[in-house]
Amino acid sequence: MARLSGRMKTALWGLVGLNVALITWVVGISPWLQESARSTLGQGDYRLQATDGTDFTQASLVGGPTAVFFGFTHCPDVCPTTLGDISVWQEDIEGSENLDVYFITVDPERDTVDILTDYVGWVPGVAGVSGSREEVDKMLESFGVFAKKVPTEGEDYTMNHSASVLLFDNDGQFFETIRYQEDHDVAVAKLKMLVGL
Amino acid sequence: MSKSRSGANHILRCAVTIFAVAIAAPLGAESMDHKAMAGGIMIENAFSRETLPNQPVAGAFMTVTNTNDAGDMLIGGTSTVAGRVEIHEMAMQGDVMKMRALADGLKVQAGETVELKPGGYHVMMFDLNHALKEGETIEITLKFAKAGDVTVPVVVHGKTAQSSHGAHKH
Repeated sequence: MARLSGRMKTALWGLVGLNVALITWVVGISPWLQESARSTLGQGDYRLQATDGTDFTQASLVGGPTAVFFGFTHCPDVCPTTLGDISVWQEDIEGSENLDVYFITVDPERDTVDILTDYVGWVPGVAGVSGSREEVDKMLESFGVFAKKVPTEGEDYTMNHSASVLLFDNDGQFFETIRYQEDHDVAVAKLKMLVGL
Repeated sequence: MSKSRSGANHILRCAVTIFAVAIAAPLGAESMDHKAMAGGIMIENAFSRETLPNQPVAGAFMTVTNTNDAGDMLIGGTSTVAGRVEIHEMAMQGDVMKMRALADGLKVQAGETVELKPGGYHVMMFDLNHALKEGETIEITLKFAKAGDVTVPVVVHGKTAQSSHGAHKH
């Protein structure tokens, strides 16, 4: 009996220990991990080329508010409408001319800088970004962005990819996400906050 | 004699007018609503969007109603403006946009209406032979397993149109 209660004591202490570990994780370590993951979003040694003639690197996120999104020109729905949405948001935001917008291709094999120049050229303040497959892959990892080729008929393919717009503040720190088909007012509110920082 | 002849003429003219109106009215209504009907399959509100420069693909959206007693499958199509046409499904999984060709086609049950709309099923046009411009009407011939070919006029709306009314969803 005394022996059993000894085991129970051990078990209870074990539970106490687990609780302490859980609280430490929830209160301390997990937010710290999230915070550090947050602050490194977009950081990496990728070097791509933008349609405005500049190189697109992690330094491109610094010095002003920036919006970054990912897509490809052989895209029937999400990419053109997001680009269209951005042109509509810009009209509703004072100071939007300070916002740098980058459309980064997830399909550099087909989307050269030349092709992207006309594709994004009709929206003011938007630069297209492309580069080698290797550098694009490095960039995708740095931004935590998913992209994958999906074969269609013949030799052709389409792309599955993250469809959100990522916002970065003046210091190049991740600020917010605008989800695909986010309510117009919510998207504009987020951008106003970003531009007003 | 001449009086009765002119009476007959009048009746004939009336008959011709009524006949013309009877034929033209539904035709006019159809072209206004952009309806197409063949083999018991009715297609309504077909639209596409103006393409961006260097965008070689486009989606077309519409409602498909099967008025037949048996189910049918939309298995593909052709278009005068595209090198290739496939039936696709788009779906959001978290923040990831996923595209999928419907290899077996899109089922339309007897009496059922299936909506092809942005963010979901669509007719995917590849290798466009010209940039689609807002205001033009293109033609897509859809292929059904049982009903055969249905040729549909597709109106091109603005770049961000979410419906056949062309209005942007805010």
